[in-house]
Amino acid sequence: MTRGRWFAPALVVALAVVLTFLTLPVVAIFVRSSPGNLIAALDDPGVLDALWLSLRTTLLALAIIVVFGTPAAYLLATRSFRGHALVVTLVELPLVLPPAVAGVGLLAAIGPGGIAGGLVAETGLRLALETAGVVVALTFVAAPFFIRGAQTAFAAVDRSWLEASRTLGASEARTFLRVAVPAAAPGMLAGLALAWGRAVGEFGATLIFAGSFRGRTQTAPLAIYERLGTDFDAALALSAVLVIVSGTLLLSARLLGGQGVAARAAR
Amino acid sequence: MSASRQATRRLAVTLLAILALAGCGSDGGGSSGGGDVLVSAATSLKTAFTNYGEQFGDADAQFSFAGSDELAAQVRSGAKPDIFASANTKLPDALYADGLVEKPTVFAANRLVLAVAAGTTKVRSLHDLGAKGVTIAIGSPAVPIGSYTRKVLGRLDAVQRKAILANVRTNEPDVGGISAKLTQKAVDAGFLYVTDVTATNGRLKAIELPGRLQPAVAYGVAIVTGARHRKAARAFIAGLLDGTGPQALADAGFQPATAAVSP
Repeated sequence: MTRGRWFAPALVVALAVVLTFLTLPVVAIFVRSSPGNLIAALDDPGVLDALWLSLRTTLLALAIIVVFGTPAAYLLATRSFRGHALVVTLVELPLVLPPAVAGVGLLAAIGPGGIAGGLVAETGLRLALETAGVVVALTFVAAPFFIRGAQTAFAAVDRSWLEASRTLGASEARTFLRVAVPAAAPGMLAGLALAWGRAVGEFGATLIFAGSFRGRTQTAPLAIYERLGTDFDAALALSAVLVIVSGTLLLSARLLGGQGVAARAAR
Repeated sequence: MSASRQATRRLAVTLLAILALAGCGSDGGGSSGGGDVLVSAATSLKTAFTNYGEQFGDADAQFSFAGSDELAAQVRSGAKPDIFASANTKLPDALYADGLVEKPTVFAANRLVLAVAAGTTKVRSLHDLGAKGVTIAIGSPAVPIGSYTRKVLGRLDAVQRKAILANVRTNEPDVGGISAKLTQKAVDAGFLYVTDVTATNGRLKAIELPGRLQPAVAYGVAIVTGARHRKAARAFIAGLLDGTGPQALADAGFQPATAAVSP
């Protein structure tokens, strides 16, 4: 009896500490400046350029991630082969890599002086300090979020459905497109929302690999950093926009993910 | 009951150990005579200050290097290093006006150069900068190197200035970013302090700017108001002006403060 008496309140206290610590910075972004100031600060061409660039580059990165990541995740989810665990670990590595390491790695690999830099130059593609370089950096850091979500979703698709589709004469490709992808869609979308959130927030790899130039490579987080010393209001306003965007993405990931779980449970 | 008490005791011991460790960290052990002096300094001072810090005997110096504007913003938002050293006099003067630092002193001068990767020939002089296909890295307007660079460009004729600005590919947050983009050959040229070029040990080459374009680059240092290690901070600045500091600064390529006269 005495054991139960302190434990439950201790849990509540711990949660209160965690919640305060994690939400205070977010609350402060909105409280530190008045809503009017936030909106006024958004009326800055540099800020709008940064948001527009963030939108374009993250959407492009997501498109690339979906096109290559979906089949890759399907393969990882439905086949077992030697070195499967190693491949999964390598694919997930960017999840835990410091962004600065990602930026240095990208420079060393496909930067102008990188080991594959000559190869990139031959194609006529310029990556470092170009918008294309931002997309590359975002794709690198965000891809594992989607692939992980898609792989889990594919793995949860009832195998008997796939077998039934094949028994009925559908090709493997058709089974993938018409049965597996629709069934895994909620989980894939949840993974996509998380990948988007990560891409929107990307800072270090972008700065190191793509630099910071308004309208070309200066995404919203880089614009925040540039304004920190000179225009804190604008930095707050941009931060507020990113909080809303990221929060919305997280919420959609939760709703979609929850729906996927519910759908699976109902089967 | 006894098991839970034991667990509680273990938790308490762990917490105390963590607190003790944290305490040590913030005091620097206390054995170094008044603790470590915390110095927030412009990235361009890295080589000079690191060398000076090794010779500085009164206390251990801990450095935080970043763009001067970034460090000033930290002081403004309540961070309390003991010393703020900036690549200009504007930022320390502004902090002094607001009572956030004590009266600043000018301790060194520097000069701007055009920097290129060693062994490259695409850019040989300022005149090549506006050519088609040349890529340039400069500092963002907020950081001193960026504002000096814009001063230099402002002294050129409008056509040349426009051509050069059209070739700028990145506005970096500090000189470290510009150096990195140059050494990685991500850009063909950049504007840096001559000391930044010296610090790369031959990987970058400096191209001197005509004297009429050269801005006055003076470095200001000040003790942060309410500094926790004020005595050590005073000794640090004294040594910077009249101890082993001037030699460390000269070795890194800085000029004495008296050289910083506005043209």
